[in-house]
Amino acid sequence: MKMKVICSICALLVILIISCQSSDSLEFNRYYAEGSVVYQTHCQNCHGQHGEGLNGLIPPLTDSVFLRKNSDQLPCAVMFGLKGKITIGKRLFEGRMPAASGLANIEIAQALTYITNSFGNKMGIFNVEMVNGDLVKCR
Amino acid sequence: MNKAAYLFLALICLCACKFNSSNKTLPIYGNRTAVTKMVNGRVVNDTIYATIPPFKFVNQYGDSTGSQNLAGKIYVADFFFTSCPSICPIMQRNMLAVYNAFKDTPDVKIISFTIDPKYDTPPVLKNYAEKLGVTGNSWLFLQGNRDTVYRIAEKNFLVAVSKDSTAAGGYVHQGWFVLVDKQKRVRGSYDGTDPKQVAQLIDDIKTLKAEPAAAGK
Repeated sequence: MKMKVICSICALLVILIISCQSSDSLEFNRYYAEGSVVYQTHCQNCHGQHGEGLNGLIPPLTDSVFLRKNSDQLPCAVMFGLKGKITIGKRLFEGRMPAASGLANIEIAQALTYITNSFGNKMGIFNVEMVNGDLVKCR
Repeated sequence: MNKAAYLFLALICLCACKFNSSNKTLPIYGNRTAVTKMVNGRVVNDTIYATIPPFKFVNQYGDSTGSQNLAGKIYVADFFFTSCPSICPIMQRNMLAVYNAFKDTPDVKIISFTIDPKYDTPPVLKNYAEKLGVTGNSWLFLQGNRDTVYRIAEKNFLVAVSKDSTAAGGYVHQGWFVLVDKQKRVRGSYDGTDPKQVAQLIDDIKTLKAEPAAAGK
């Protein structure tokens, strides 16, 4: 009986320690999972299920170098849209990306976490504090 | 015993498959009227099916395209506009599958009518087609008189479109792909945003191609 109690306490402790250690990855997972839903509703129609874009009309989201280089511009692009010429994956695109108006900052953060960690990208979490900071500097 | 049962089952499956593929015909949509006429001195009842009325619009190359060019052709019609932010990209992504399946088949065409003819002029449409990766004459993008396009969309292709400043992009429209046969009759309507239905459309075009010219008359 006593043994059993000790065992279960030990097991609980182990679980607690593991979950503490991975709270970062837990947060990431939560952002990523929520982000996939935001992506499906607001981004997937144009950018595609696999971020492949649409030939010369809509740029893909698979250019990791571009995403990394312009990461602080991404929240503004989602919030206010884009207009004009843009080179992605060595290809020139021209046109207009509509603003995803009505999205909360946290949703933008979730969507960006999903995008920058899917389709061959691996940039880690894009949390809401980063989005808040970047949105202030939108041009 | 077991073996025989399996064999029997397999045989039934095979028969079922064969039966399906050789006898499948697509329904004919739209209102129909019965007429009684004299043929060789005898009274005969015949059915008149609804058909797409004649139209004549301008394609992305600046040439005129109309029902005359589509006579004796199977075609898929959809309604879109180039600056559409909502369902058009996914529709055109799915339509590309249809295009790739039939671009080398001269009697199958794709006709995309713009519902924003004011902005979507032939040069704009050509630019759009090129960016989409569409060349040649198998997928045509047509600009026509706004009222005519809206009328045939709703009355004949049975697709609802309307101008609405509150909708994203300024227009409301449905993403149907409408299949029209060589006799200008509507034979199917598919949700252009659903890849499964578009795969069905590709299958149905093959069925329609195999249909004898006089079938259903």
